[in-house]
Amino acid sequence: MSRRVLPIAAWLAALAAAAAIAASARYTADLSAFLPDSPSPAQQLLVDQLRDGAVGRVMLLAIQGGDAAARASASRTLATHLRGDARFAFVANGAAGSAQRERELLFRNRYVLSPAVRVARFEVEGLRAAIAETLDTVASSAGGLAQSLLARDPTGEMTRLVEARLADASPPAVRDGVWASRDGERAVLLVRTAASGADTDAQESAVNAVRAAFAEANPGGTLRLRMTGGGVFAVESRALIKSEVARVAALGIVLVATLLLLAYRSLIAVLLGLLPVATGAAVGVAAVASGFGFVHGVALGLGATLIGEAVDYAIYLFVQTGAQPEDRGGQRAWMGEFWPTIRLGVLTSIAGFGALLLSGFPGLAQLGLYSICGLAAAALFTRHVLPCLLPRGFSVRDLSGLGARLSAAVSFAARGRRLVPVLALAAAVVLLAKRDSLWAHDLSALNTVSLEAQNFDGRLREDLGAGDARYLVVAEGATEQQALLAAERVGATLRPLVARGVITGFDSPAHYLPSEATQRARAESLPAARVLRQRLEQALRGMSLRASRLGGFVEDVERARSGPPLTRADLQGSGLGVALDAMLLRHGSGWQSLLPLRAPLEGKGSVDAAEVRNALQGSGAVFLDLKAETDALYSGYLNEAIALSAAGVGVVLLLLMAVLRSPARVGRVVAPLGAAVLVTAAVLGAAGPPLTLLHLIGFLLVVAVGSNYALFFERAADAGAPTPRVLASLALANATTVAAFGVLATADVPVLRAIGTTVSLGALLSLVFAALLARARPGTAR
Amino acid sequence: MRASLLAGLALALLAGSAPAAGDWTLARLLAGFATTREARASFIERKRVAVLDRPLVSTGELRFAAPDRLEKRTLRPRPELLRVEGDRLSIERGERNLEIDLRSYPEVAAFVESIRGTLAGDRGALERFYHLRLEGDAASWALTLTPRAPTMAALVKHVRIAGKEAEISVIEIQQANGDSTLMSVQRLPASR
Repeated sequence: MSRRVLPIAAWLAALAAAAAIAASARYTADLSAFLPDSPSPAQQLLVDQLRDGAVGRVMLLAIQGGDAAARASASRTLATHLRGDARFAFVANGAAGSAQRERELLFRNRYVLSPAVRVARFEVEGLRAAIAETLDTVASSAGGLAQSLLARDPTGEMTRLVEARLADASPPAVRDGVWASRDGERAVLLVRTAASGADTDAQESAVNAVRAAFAEANPGGTLRLRMTGGGVFAVESRALIKSEVARVAALGIVLVATLLLLAYRSLIAVLLGLLPVATGAAVGVAAVASGFGFVHGVALGLGATLIGEAVDYAIYLFVQTGAQPEDRGGQRAWMGEFWPTIRLGVLTSIAGFGALLLSGFPGLAQLGLYSICGLAAAALFTRHVLPCLLPRGFSVRDLSGLGARLSAAVSFAARGRRLVPVLALAAAVVLLAKRDSLWAHDLSALNTVSLEAQNFDGRLREDLGAGDARYLVVAEGATEQQALLAAERVGATLRPLVARGVITGFDSPAHYLPSEATQRARAESLPAARVLRQRLEQALRGMSLRASRLGGFVEDVERARSGPPLTRADLQGSGLGVALDAMLLRHGSGWQSLLPLRAPLEGKGSVDAAEVRNALQGSGAVFLDLKAETDALYSGYLNEAIALSAAGVGVVLLLLMAVLRSPARVGRVVAPLGAAVLVTAAVLGAAGPPLTLLHLIGFLLVVAVGSNYALFFERAADAGAPTPRVLASLALANATTVAAFGVLATADVPVLRAIGTTVSLGALLSLVFAALLARARPGTAR
Repeated sequence: MRASLLAGLALALLAGSAPAAGDWTLARLLAGFATTREARASFIERKRVAVLDRPLVSTGELRFAAPDRLEKRTLRPRPELLRVEGDRLSIERGERNLEIDLRSYPEVAAFVESIRGTLAGDRGALERFYHLRLEGDAASWALTLTPRAPTMAALVKHVRIAGKEAEISVIEIQQANGDSTLMSVQRLPASR
């Protein structure tokens, strides 16, 4: 009895410890999994931007259906509701009130905000030229604003500021007083959430708040709401993945359990068979948590897939020990006869996955550790604990009958052995022809968001003049003021690029809040009231404007000269404040200024990165092309995963060589596996979109699962083919794998589909090729 | 904000020729304009601004082509080209260019329609924005347009267009703040 109790107690203790570690572990789902150990400053900035940046906080809303008046009214009601909700930092729908507030702020602070304010402009000649120019503007068809402000702003600073703001963004169309799409068919709103775009729970709460507010704004139900934006997509993707995983998992469990139940005719066997996987998963998570201090979502999800191999261990034990596994002699025989083969299979998998441990990307390294520890735990459990857990009288159906039929099939199949090299060669040719386009180096290949939704997002961004902020210059400073000064210096180096057409324009926090030094310089360049009056008398000689009418101007200049500087607090609650908040951020112990660049309209809307980097040289500021950097990051991740997997294959070969001690035997193991991976890759590469990281993980699993098949066939090579009972266990293991991953292949989520198709096809081919390449059994081949 | 930029936008236009006889009614006036397909005229515009001692004077040329193309080409004091076609309005002024969709700026659209609607003889377009009052006779008439919308009325008191037969001689825009624009129009032979 004690011989059974000890392993069980050890297992329970280990499981409890693993569960405790897993429960208290920190889990992260952000992109830092893709960030190398020692990121470049640009990579670190990129991840910060994607995690906390303004981009992810923006929600774009479209109201469709009904007529323009109904849409406008719903837009107003919706905006009012959302403005009263703390989950939203900013809500804009183009209604007149907010623009008025912004205009007043600009007007009141025009002398510290206008870059044109210099000493010379307020001397006699400068005043004369500026006022003459303003009068020309008043005379023109576009002079309405200048005309209404002439007495207070004769030098035209306000017109200048407004024109600069207009040039900086193409404002949305307006219908019935609120923003609309260019064709007027939908009302559009721009919302910024208080929570970070990476906080998917908070984003989900915000999405629900918008839906609820819209329901109230649309009591007749004639209008439809559509939302896009990074956070919205994250929420929708998560919901889709959740529901698809739930559907696929439920279907997969039913299928696999049915298969096992049909095979075993024992419910307890089915349940006990899941224990190796559960044990492996718990130990894997615990190992990652204690090794790294935290667990990446990507390691958690993919790791669970990789240790799917452990399902097979119990199948081998139950089926191969035959009808009476409780018969201790039978079990001992299994341990002696079959366990070494399974152990080699486990070691092969560990060697293959283990290469990932060396990765410079924590996400991949965690995946390696998870699968190594998980598989080892599952194998040890199957070997030492599972037999002790089997109840007295435990038995599964004897599958020797099925095995006998399989034996006949195998000996027949052996006639088709030439098929394997032919298919492998054809696959190699296909892969060679497609080698440049085989892998997708673009992160969007993993995107769950449909192309239609992405295009709609693009149209809404155009409608709202809300760029996707793809291009950014980041300038840092120890203090808020230093960050603003840095932004002003970057602005000065960017202006020539605008003139040369490298970029169409740029925005800067210093446009909204100039540094105190700049504000002071501008204020100090303004003359005292007495001096200004004298200069105006001279400047206006011969003009139709008399100095005596410009008392308001002199007063405003005096106030700007002696007043307190404009502060961040002054802008709070206005569109200007929101724009500033998105561009001037606290970052670590310092501050960051973000300057979004607008791409030229020519050249497919992309910016010549080399030109911008060249201009910024020596400034300490960093240029970021968010899309290019993200793709480069993912591409680096993928390339390293490919290289490490290749290294893993090398380790597997060395291991097999060390254990089997014969190149011919190693060849017999590797040939069906290699052919299966080649053919699977060729089929998927030729038929579908380019392969992704998920396909690669799929290939690793194919090798892990398939190596067991190949080893059993190799072990029996002298006898021709494995015994009927072993064949039956292989067929059952393969059927469960193909069923579970075949269901995954029907998922509506690209990442799940990629793994599903790869593993189901690869595992099936591994077994079929192993059978085809098996030698005809002397006894059965006639 | 752009609406306010253009709020004081003063447009103008010109004339056509058509037979006129009998009772002088709005219908007859507009019918006369409706037969005009193309017209050209020179203009002198005097903008009176409260704080200025003298009006600001600009001169140039106006063109209209039915149904909806209107052009105001200013030559002095500074070259500028304002163009309206359908719902698009653009202003080219040296380095500064501006293009807007009139549907987004109802006040600007109302300005445009006061002139364009008259020239096109489009009573529907005029009445959408204004109350209309016609005085005088065929030899000397004056059409006063008073804005219907309060937002427009806050900017413009009225637009007054005067002329003879189907030819405009004066367009006067009286702003709510007291400033005003007077444009004298002289027909030119159609260019072709």
